[in-house]
Amino acid sequence: MNKNDILAGLKEIITPYTEEKTALEHITEDTDFITDLKINSANLVDIVLDIEEKFDIAIDNDSMAKMLNVKATLEIIAQKQAENAG
Amino acid sequence: MTKEEILAKLPYGKDFLFVGDLLSISENGITGTYTFDESLPFYQSHFKDFPITPAVILTETMAQIGLVCLGIFLTAETEVVKGIGVAMTSSSVDFLKPVYPGTKVLVNSEKIYFRFNKLSCRVIMKDESGDTVCKGTISGMLTMNSNE
Repeated sequence: MNKNDILAGLKEIITPYTEEKTALEHITEDTDFITDLKINSANLVDIVLDIEEKFDIAIDNDSMAKMLNVKATLEIIAQKQAENAG
Repeated sequence: MTKEEILAKLPYGKDFLFVGDLLSISENGITGTYTFDESLPFYQSHFKDFPITPAVILTETMAQIGLVCLGIFLTAETEVVKGIGVAMTSSSVDFLKPVYPGTKVLVNSEKIYFRFNKLSCRVIMKDESGDTVCKGTISGMLTMNSNE
């Protein structure tokens, strides 16, 4: 799964959790979940649970703590998928 | 952890404590009761000449028993935890029947998940007739103060 596919999947997951439709429409690696998309910590947990299900990976506490923006999240998803494949 | 220890850790003062007794508690859920005393101050104004328990108080009662007491139990094993706070982050509750002063309610909460400090529960409140008065899903973030 390449980075664009992962980003498209991530965008779909985030959609119900944000009212910032313009920021979501223009989502990039630099998009921050809290400052740009105005997502609270409780909904971040739900997003991470949805990510686990969609990408069939397990997210640990240390990884969760880093998943505050799109760039870090894409890296963690790719890394966990690589671990599964290995 | 005993029910007395859980009750002792609740952060509420007497005017905003809506937990009476805890009947059962496990990793997966909790059951407790509370009696709405007729002298509770909000009955004088909600409504004028027609006292009825506000929906927001029913929601708070469901959260204190179903979310906060269960959260205290679930984090009891964590040695570093000195105090615990729970911030309600979402609630979606349907109200089916009015609750009048003097009613004793039974609250049953079932854990949906507890991950990354977020506790989400399916909660039902019943009155003395066994009728469901409200039900829904309540979630909160547990904030823990370490000893350090």
